[in-house]
Amino acid sequence: MDSPLIPHGVKRCTPGVFFLWTLPWLALLAWGGLSAFLCLWKGLNQTNMSNVFAFALWIVFDLAVIALGAGAFFTGFLTYIVGRKELKSIINTAVVIGFICYSGAMVMLGIDIGQPVRGWFIMWHANIHSMLVEVSFCITCYLVVLAIEFIPLILENRQIEKVKELRFLGHNLHEIMAVFAATGTFLSFFHQGSLGGMFGVMYARPFAAREGFYIWPWTFFLFVLSAIACGPCFTILCTKLTEFLSRKKLVPDDAIEFLAKLSGRLLAVYLILKTFDYLGWIYGIVPRSGLTFMDFFRDGPYGVWLIVAEMIFCGLLPAIILLTPGGRKSQGALIFASLLNCTGIVLNRFLFIIVTLAVPVMPFDRFWGYLPTWQEWGIGLAVVGYGFLVFSLAYRYLPMFPKEIELNPVPSE
Amino acid sequence: MKKSNDHGKPETGHESTNGSGQKYGMVIDLDKCTGCGTCMVACAAENNVSVRADQSDKERVITWMRLYKISNGKKFPHTEVSYFPRPCMHCDHHPPCVSVCVATATKLDFNTGIVSQIYTRCIGCRYCQAACPYGARYFNWWDSFPQDKGMDRYLTPEVSPRMRGVVEKCTFCHHRLMRAKNQAYAEDRRELEEGEYITACTEACPAQAITFGDLNKPDHKVSQLIKHPYAFRLLDRLGTEPKVYYLSSRDWVRKLADNFLPGEYEPVVNRTWAEDEWSTKPGRDEF
Repeated sequence: MDSPLIPHGVKRCTPGVFFLWTLPWLALLAWGGLSAFLCLWKGLNQTNMSNVFAFALWIVFDLAVIALGAGAFFTGFLTYIVGRKELKSIINTAVVIGFICYSGAMVMLGIDIGQPVRGWFIMWHANIHSMLVEVSFCITCYLVVLAIEFIPLILENRQIEKVKELRFLGHNLHEIMAVFAATGTFLSFFHQGSLGGMFGVMYARPFAAREGFYIWPWTFFLFVLSAIACGPCFTILCTKLTEFLSRKKLVPDDAIEFLAKLSGRLLAVYLILKTFDYLGWIYGIVPRSGLTFMDFFRDGPYGVWLIVAEMIFCGLLPAIILLTPGGRKSQGALIFASLLNCTGIVLNRFLFIIVTLAVPVMPFDRFWGYLPTWQEWGIGLAVVGYGFLVFSLAYRYLPMFPKEIELNPVPSE
Repeated sequence: MKKSNDHGKPETGHESTNGSGQKYGMVIDLDKCTGCGTCMVACAAENNVSVRADQSDKERVITWMRLYKISNGKKFPHTEVSYFPRPCMHCDHHPPCVSVCVATATKLDFNTGIVSQIYTRCIGCRYCQAACPYGARYFNWWDSFPQDKGMDRYLTPEVSPRMRGVVEKCTFCHHRLMRAKNQAYAEDRRELEEGEYITACTEACPAQAITFGDLNKPDHKVSQLIKHPYAFRLLDRLGTEPKVYYLSSRDWVRKLADNFLPGEYEPVVNRTWAEDEWSTKPGRDEF
């Protein structure tokens, strides 16, 4: 039925099977749509956020997907600026993932603010000292860049390509993609960093506060590094999942292995710097605030195990696997390491958001716990559903994997 | 281009109020506070703080002035309890909430020392709430007042009610300052007398535990009280320089106002309030 839209020379499932595949994701989107409607109509009282947990599940989702989507800018940088030709077979995937992550995060942020119609005040009444202004500005601009990077791929659709003007536009956009890759890299460096800076500058919250260089707390640089260490792993995970579901090889091993190796090295460097950061914090800021490290975990559900899990199980372990040639070559080990790496970054963001707010600063205040409502889960999971849906549509109708035909020749009938 | 404040200095959000203008501050004597809660009620009524039918959800209700009950943690008969009223601290040095605000909806006024909140500019991102260690900022999770209960008749006309989805906080009853300034202007005066501008909680406290005035004026009572050996500030070592001071002769109370590593806290006196009833003696404030 939709065969005229499917790229030449590739095999896709029947429209019926594809429709069934999209049903769970459409259901998630419907759940999210209902939740969003309730939050916009009745207000944020539909959530379990409070004056203690001013930031909650949505901000964790936001920071996590933005970090996981870092594969887009970093792969773009490596492909167009550094000139790693082998990554051309995976750059489209990285861009689509980046677009999904950033657009999803933007929608979620729009619902998260108490007065969504005043969102433009961030630009109009911008407080240049606020890290969140830098984040908002760079994310907005970068989403435009991602859309521009996504457009040539959309224009390569079989039917759209038939329109001469659009084909011409797509081709010319391809030619100047290095400019957008460079712009994306610049913007991403600042918003990934500022997301970390947001927490590091909260000097009156000893759990999050960090020293740093000039106006940038160390978290600024660590967030950039952790994002580029895990972003490629998320791209690998999405590719492997697509390969598993379609039972096809879609990306040559050299591209995957290069990304895995780079991810491993960056993760190792990150872990070393993060260890120094933790030590500097434990022996600097924490005692200066009159606290000890264990004071933060005296009570409440968020224990020191979170840091052990972040640094050892989701940091050191995947770094070792990714740095070992055998680990990278073994499909199981590679996927396991990528999963751990991505989990580690989510844990890191969770610590900076939820645990920072759960730990009381006033000695006579108490520890707080937080559980999201179904509306919060609905909106968070809608981003997952949206991601699956857009990715599936892009895979079905666009030449997302340029090497797919070469790797899977269709037997002539 | 950097904005300038009224003194012509560039405004970076990192300065503190200087000595030339007013610097309004508060001293709360915890030895006098009985925990009656009148300050909370007066504050809420004066400032049109929203109410809900069920106010038991303490994580989401709005209490610009919040009363904490603290204890020395000892068992009977050595148990001691104190009440700890906590308004916004109106931090004087680089207020944690000001520099983080995305839409410049909150600022430290260099002429008064008051940290303000512009409700119609706040987008409700709640970054300021996350940054404030005192929990002094509140988000409007619901529409401010039930529309059909006739509660609008009880509103203070000088204070705008807040809409759903914005953050609000103690303003040191800024409208009272405006009123006092108007009065002074009408009487052709440039300076306000001590006591001419006080907050609703100060006025309402039956134990007169709250003193309010200009910390830049040496003859104001607050300026004298903050030099008292028993004066301290909440979370002082974080460097926010609150303009709300507390007084207590009890060491355990002062110790609970900040975080201390073992051996760091230096007691002012070793005797407790319970032992010598110091706070009830005449001449308590003339140290």
